[in-house]
Amino acid sequence: MARTPTTTDAFNAVAEASRRQLLDALGTGEATVGELVDRLGMTQPQVSKHLGVLRTVGLVSVRADGRHRWYRVNGPALQPIHDWVRTFERTWNARLDRLDDLLAELQSQENEQ
Amino acid sequence: MNRTLGNRHGSAVITVPSDTEILITRQFDAPAELVFRAFTTPELVQRWYGFETSEWLVCEMDFRVGGQWRFVTRDEGMEIGFHGEYKEIAAPHRLVQTEIFEGVPGDEAYPSEPAVNTMTLDEADGVTTMTLLIEVPNQEIRDAILASGMEHGLQISYNRLEDLVRPAT
Repeated sequence: MARTPTTTDAFNAVAEASRRQLLDALGTGEATVGELVDRLGMTQPQVSKHLGVLRTVGLVSVRADGRHRWYRVNGPALQPIHDWVRTFERTWNARLDRLDDLLAELQSQENEQ
Repeated sequence: MNRTLGNRHGSAVITVPSDTEILITRQFDAPAELVFRAFTTPELVQRWYGFETSEWLVCEMDFRVGGQWRFVTRDEGMEIGFHGEYKEIAAPHRLVQTEIFEGVPGDEAYPSEPAVNTMTLDEADGVTTMTLLIEVPNQEIRDAILASGMEHGLQISYNRLEDLVRPAT
């Protein structure tokens, strides 16, 4: 499947380290741009740019409260990535479970000899 | 304690130590020597490696430092190839090898630079703890792996992701 170089889906959006840092930071709760700048040591334009990307793909949502805008993680939008990670885990678990059974079989063979 | 077949099934633990690393940990009720043999003997590798549906086409292992290995399987009609080189062999406790995904025809992202896989085995009281550290060289390759949907591109801290996806209570 051809993929555009832009950040039009959740996978591409989290393929950038700064955006993962932002998601991690927001994982502990809502935050303003100013708080994120302080916490992550990025500049305000960097934080705003990456938040914009994350909002475009729906990973982050925002609400206005007086003069402040609060950003938060939109958990359900992370589901495809989560599922994909689960695929990796499933693959390795199945593989190592087969190894587990093979080791048991080899040991029982050795015991019989 | 009696050993029950399969009582460790599903117990692999997968973490992401850094942006370029994946760590898989699993315990086995078997001596390290036997686990090591299962990793390094072609007849045994074909019994567990690959995927549930894998049909093995190539399983070559020139098992010596500097020797090459190559696996090709067919899964649901698609041929999947990996190859690499043995870098360190310290039976039965440590094995370091490179791994290159040979890719799919027409995908310019492959073949990419190799990942380095370090496997360690520690045996205590009849239980062997395996760790498998997969190190990818840089973000570009990591992103290519991620974009391809192949399995090595684990990105976000796994536990963090669990927290984020779990509905707020």
